[in-house]
Amino acid sequence: MLGASTPASSIGVDFLLAPYRVLDLTDERGLLAGKILADLGADVLQIEPPGGSPARNIGPFHGDDPQPEKSLFWWAYAANKRSITLDLEQKGGQALLERLVAEADFLIESFSPGYLDGLGLDYQRLAQINPKLVMVSITPFGQDGPYSNYQANDIVGMALGGFMYLTGDDDRAPIRISFPHFYLHGGAAGATAAMLAHTHRVVSGQGQYVDVSCQQAVAKTLAHAPQIWDIEGAILKRMGVYRQTSGENRVRINWPCKDGYVNYMVQGGTVSYSTRALLGWMKEDGFETNELDAINWEEMGYGAITPEFMAQLGVPLGDFFKGHTREELVQGSLDRRILLFPVATPADLQGHSQLEARGYFKELYHPELGVAVQYPGAFVKSGDGGDISGLYRRPPLIGEHNMEIYKEELGLSASERDSLKRGGVI
Amino acid sequence: MATQQEPNKPLNGVNVLDFCWVAVGPMTTKYLGEYGATVVRVESVKRPGTLRRAAPYKDGISGINRSAYFASYNANKMGITVDMRHPKARELMLRMAKWAHLVTENFTPGTMENWELGFEQLKEVNPGIVMFSTSMMGRGGPMEKQPGFGPVLSSLVGLTNLTGWPDRDPVNPYGAYTDFIVPRFAVASILAGLDRSHRTGEGIHIDMSQLETTLHFSAPVLLDYAVNGREQSRAGNRDPGAAPHGVYPCAGEDRWIALGCSSDSHWEGLKRIIAPDGSGWPHSPDFDTLLGRKANENELDRLLSDWTSSWEPGALMETLQSSGVPAGMVNDCRDLFDDAQLQHRGHFQWLDHPEIGPYATDRSEMIFSLSPGSLETPAPLLGEHTSHVLKDLIGLTEDEYKSLEEDGVLE
Repeated sequence: MLGASTPASSIGVDFLLAPYRVLDLTDERGLLAGKILADLGADVLQIEPPGGSPARNIGPFHGDDPQPEKSLFWWAYAANKRSITLDLEQKGGQALLERLVAEADFLIESFSPGYLDGLGLDYQRLAQINPKLVMVSITPFGQDGPYSNYQANDIVGMALGGFMYLTGDDDRAPIRISFPHFYLHGGAAGATAAMLAHTHRVVSGQGQYVDVSCQQAVAKTLAHAPQIWDIEGAILKRMGVYRQTSGENRVRINWPCKDGYVNYMVQGGTVSYSTRALLGWMKEDGFETNELDAINWEEMGYGAITPEFMAQLGVPLGDFFKGHTREELVQGSLDRRILLFPVATPADLQGHSQLEARGYFKELYHPELGVAVQYPGAFVKSGDGGDISGLYRRPPLIGEHNMEIYKEELGLSASERDSLKRGGVI
Repeated sequence: MATQQEPNKPLNGVNVLDFCWVAVGPMTTKYLGEYGATVVRVESVKRPGTLRRAAPYKDGISGINRSAYFASYNANKMGITVDMRHPKARELMLRMAKWAHLVTENFTPGTMENWELGFEQLKEVNPGIVMFSTSMMGRGGPMEKQPGFGPVLSSLVGLTNLTGWPDRDPVNPYGAYTDFIVPRFAVASILAGLDRSHRTGEGIHIDMSQLETTLHFSAPVLLDYAVNGREQSRAGNRDPGAAPHGVYPCAGEDRWIALGCSSDSHWEGLKRIIAPDGSGWPHSPDFDTLLGRKANENELDRLLSDWTSSWEPGALMETLQSSGVPAGMVNDCRDLFDDAQLQHRGHFQWLDHPEIGPYATDRSEMIFSLSPGSLETPAPLLGEHTSHVLKDLIGLTEDEYKSLEEDGVLE
């Protein structure tokens, strides 16, 4: 169990990016980029405006108490980072940022295009201070172009990225995922961009600027749907609980059961064993399966199930699933080698045997609240199970590390710090 | 490709021996190729990869080199064909491992070890090598070998549970969605591994569980359960902090606009467009505050839908944006090609493929000031570069190559 002030190095954390420092100026539109680098071991300083990041206003909150130190969104995407406060709109704040830039390897920001330019903190200026700096900007649409000044939130971004048209029931409006993903795609791309630019820097000795578009990041999640338009001139449509297998053919993949949902795709060919096993189980349950048993599943090609056949199959399959709990179906399928999976809920994930076996969830202690919290842990490990990334510091309080940075690192005197605080700079 | 590379891409000089297949791996190594790495895909004639057998095909006619799905995810790579079950394949792959800085694979854990090409064995011939493995569940643990693919993982990871209408069954986020979340974490991790190898001379094996990675795309939902005991579920297009917030019909068939008003200024901007003269339903006191709009959200959505349904979605987007309202048309895949911003960014690029002809593929979402990426070569035909790679890059003699061919190691 790790607390807030545990320095990574003192507990032997030597993850992949240990030598590098990141200045993270992002808000909720880019927090994930720095989080990925922090998880990989980089020293990430989250730079918040005095009073705290607007991302701290995003719920849900610990105990449903809407306080900036209790935002679970913040917790999720600021853990491992240190926090300092800095007012970028004041000259004193800009001067402090420039001092930090001189020693930093990366700077990530997610302001609206032109904001930092207006403050004289654009890449050209920062590169004069530190030519090796890698600077990454994450914005909804990129730094220029016809939408660059558009207002975007999650639903607008997921719509313009092409994701929503393809998701949802075909007789209703397109739908988004109920947890926002638009900026997470851009944030993850920001970490990729930082590392690509870093790799170039290692060889060339030069820093550079990278402009990331969240819209493009979403448009890259669409598998072959754009190619279906390009090659076939067809517009792929959303199909709800079904999955397209070929042309007009689709099979149902989500099914209600007694207490939730399961994922099951009826198929022949190489996985006909799974279908046979399910039919066998249905027979045990007293279902009349002679007609279905007689089908030559083994020879059936992928995508051969017509909508009519699917409708016909759906009745007994649906009845069978509804007669069992999710747990019965999942366990029974494991025993019988049926390719059936749970539509998992948060509770399922908390007690997931595989996640437990790999030690995925990591407890971080929040001393101010007196609670230890289970966090999603390392997204990457070494092949022998060793730690090369992971969680080592609970999310920072507002300006929690001001002293460490301003006093111990930049050497500001007590009176200087006092002036900056009185001036609202830190 | 190697011989035509611009001199200043970030990954110039990085050699990748790529065993990846389907989508999650190939999207990962596509980034590497786009940014200058020399990526050699190892394929099999007897067991060609899933995407080679996936529509859409040129002219609707299936064929091993005709899938635009495969072609899109494998631009800027070379391809060789090797029978990995042949006893001599291992020795050849070890020679390639000496050439490589990075080996990538996304088989079920244990497959590379069965070929005696696990990390320990690769490291023996190349101590600084980075190996990247990704699988659904990660290495070790009771479910290590669980079969499945992207659409299943969306369910296992809890994203399906978060997608759909509250009065209907949950639906999958489109496609093998998680396959397109993982690659950015993968590339960042791979490059961090290469960096460490470069600094220390020591190789590293990186293991990425797609389940564990994707959970970071719902981390606050997991925390909400962990600390508050709340199980979040699908909420249609509603958002607790905004109203109106949703997708509204436009003129035409299956045409829609997405918009969300999370602040009073957004709402005021919307009112200015709907009822510029200051009268009519938007000015009802019921809708004055966010709490009022949330309390009357069904009625608000109904009235707003009536109003949007006569608009063309692109024109409505421009009009609302000019009034400060976050709004965007719901792009279908044809719209994406026409989208002015994606065009400005050069999102789609056409490559000329010997069997498919010109085909569209998507470029990186990142624009670099100094070392831009680029896609120059179409996906390889099956086995197209076997001779070039083995002779010119690995340095096999003509005799060695011939004997591998005759032995059936090369397919």
